[in-house]
Amino acid sequence: MAQMNMIEAIRDAMDICMDKDPNVVVIGEDIGYFGGVFRCTDGLQRKFGEHRVIDAPIAEGGIIGAAIGMGVNGLRPVAEIQFADYIYPGFDQIVSELAKLRYRSCGEFFSPVTIRTPCGGGIRGGQTHSQSPEGIFTHVSGIKTVMPSNPYDAKGLLISAIESDDPMIFFEPKRIYNGPFDGDPDKPAISWASHPKGEVPEGHYTVPIGECEVARAGNDMTIVTYGTLVHVAIAAAESTGVDAEVVDVRSLSPLDITTITDSVKKTGRCMVAHEATRFGGYGAELAATIQKDCFYHLEAPISRVAGWDTPYPHAFEWQYFPGKKRMAAGIQRVMEAAA
Amino acid sequence: MANNSRLHIPRPTARPGDEPDFSYLDLSPAGSVDKPDVGARTRDVEYLSSGLVRVLDDDFEAKGPWSPDLDSEQLQIALRWMLLNRVFDKRMWQIQRQGRISFYMEALGEEAISIAQGMALRHGDMCFPSYRNQGLYMYRGMKLVDMMCQCLSNTRDMCKGRQLPIMYHSKEGNVFSISGNLGTQYPHAVGWAMASAIKGEDHIAASWVGDGSTAEADFHHALTFAAVYQAPVILNIVNNQWAISSFQGTAGGERRSFAARGVGLGIPGIRVDGNDLLAIYAVTDWAADRARRGGGPTVIELVTYRGGAHSTSDDPTKYRPKDEWEKFPLGDPIERLKQHLIHEGHWTEEQHETLIEELKAEVLAAWKEAQQFGTMTEGPWLDPATMFDDVYADPPRRLQSQRRRMLELEENGDDS
Repeated sequence: MAQMNMIEAIRDAMDICMDKDPNVVVIGEDIGYFGGVFRCTDGLQRKFGEHRVIDAPIAEGGIIGAAIGMGVNGLRPVAEIQFADYIYPGFDQIVSELAKLRYRSCGEFFSPVTIRTPCGGGIRGGQTHSQSPEGIFTHVSGIKTVMPSNPYDAKGLLISAIESDDPMIFFEPKRIYNGPFDGDPDKPAISWASHPKGEVPEGHYTVPIGECEVARAGNDMTIVTYGTLVHVAIAAAESTGVDAEVVDVRSLSPLDITTITDSVKKTGRCMVAHEATRFGGYGAELAATIQKDCFYHLEAPISRVAGWDTPYPHAFEWQYFPGKKRMAAGIQRVMEAAA
Repeated sequence: MANNSRLHIPRPTARPGDEPDFSYLDLSPAGSVDKPDVGARTRDVEYLSSGLVRVLDDDFEAKGPWSPDLDSEQLQIALRWMLLNRVFDKRMWQIQRQGRISFYMEALGEEAISIAQGMALRHGDMCFPSYRNQGLYMYRGMKLVDMMCQCLSNTRDMCKGRQLPIMYHSKEGNVFSISGNLGTQYPHAVGWAMASAIKGEDHIAASWVGDGSTAEADFHHALTFAAVYQAPVILNIVNNQWAISSFQGTAGGERRSFAARGVGLGIPGIRVDGNDLLAIYAVTDWAADRARRGGGPTVIELVTYRGGAHSTSDDPTKYRPKDEWEKFPLGDPIERLKQHLIHEGHWTEEQHETLIEELKAEVLAAWKEAQQFGTMTEGPWLDPATMFDDVYADPPRRLQSQRRRMLELEENGDDS
């Protein structure tokens, strides 16, 4: 076992995959010589060369489009989009091409591209460096969408993603790259060193795509969330004294609904939480499915805690971000509501 | 106010009722454009983007340094492929008009492009076509009956009923899957070519877009990436003057050739007579040779004319003169090659008529065969459960359960 933060875990996953399979290549802006603005690819170009760790022009649509072509020609590209907020120029290539290629050619052509991209707020990044666009991608058939909440999962899920023949959007919640975050910005930052999920095995292992994990066992209610908010939810539950079970979705699509509904059937109360805006968001899909499968077990309406339906504001980040206070209020609301 | 605006609005030289006017087209006499060495420096071949490489002159003689080394038998074969493309298109158009397929797109007037470029490329080279490149699929071995079955969405449809007619794909023929979104295949070709270079292979890629699609971001992404990495790729722009109702000036072709888009990025751009099979073959061969030797990408603008409607859903008499194609100074590619062969003593009118009859019979036989696999009104039918296949490598649980639900509804005939 080694101690790793999420950056190191993500880098280690790519390193291992590149060692194992000469067809794995990495492409993106500033990812080669410099090692990436978040350092996720640091050292990879020195180890694997400029032909496998490729600095790209600033054209996200071009990066994704070219990666698709590389994948069709037998490579296994890992494309980095520097911020999830920058992914939109490549949206058509993802939705109309990457996601649909296997289907429209009946399996004759496919492209196993993994798109890695840092997402989420809590870093004073303002509107263009804080977004959580995962719900836009979970809505698209033909791609898989993943968001780890800790170094262990990040490495295991990324290896699964790279080795998968399906295209993957791999969201990296950048607020927790260096340490878990409980949603209170006034507290000093902590590192992954003291967190059990900062213990990361060396070498190859996978975390299967399509499985949720119970991040905190509990009996009073279920909080279904992912990414940074897994840590916020645990902290909020503990601060309120409510014995909440926190389910880390991890794999947003395909979704392991059974782990979630088993938990909700047990607790009878459920809150869904994400940083992304609420209206039409991924939480709505979760709430609808949980309601359908758990209706007769529910003692209270399913509640949602999410980013407000505004663009992500720079100066009002901590009013916008669903931090510990809002999460705790949500927990109280679900606990107080009668069926 | 609108008419006094200082905003420039590009307008075609002729609209319905006007006399066709191609004075805007810069033409060079056949044989007049120099052919550079295949290893020439990019800056030394910039003249190719403003001239027009032509081999066949107005008397159907092959002229000049670009005249390719193709013998009469190869040219007869080329003529056969072009004619097959045209006869096939004509039949499929009629079939659509009879309501027996939902949609079709013909390559009328542009047949030389797919055939000449298909001939100049090697089978291991990967093609990323546009929707008017059916000739490429034919040339690379796709059976007519398979193309028809795709258009019918029947039980032999390679796309299993998932795609609009004409959106073929052929892994075996190294021709990519056609997308309905314009220009998206361009960066794929560049990425494919980059991978070929990374792997140390000498296969190259080629892709096609229309003049209209050069305005798409993907076009510019592709050219940038091709230039930056010197990818072994040929990026073809089929300038057929019209993108549905928008003439090529609407895509930005009024003051600079589309070939010059390449020059701006440090890529050789060649403007070629797109109705001259010999010239197209020669420039494609030059570009392919250059790419294979590590010389990087080439942009080829093929100047042609869309002889028919954009698709069966379009009526071009609403926006352009009816007789515009007849007045197009570069003529009809099939007629020009035919006359060249006749002029050289390798073809006769009788042979030509016989060949057309043979091809009509071949197409008709294919149509009869295709219908046995199902039509829009008569079975056999595709199994609708296959609609859930191939979304992912393995179907996730939600698709499995939706498939079961769909089949239950099909069996029960109601939603109870």
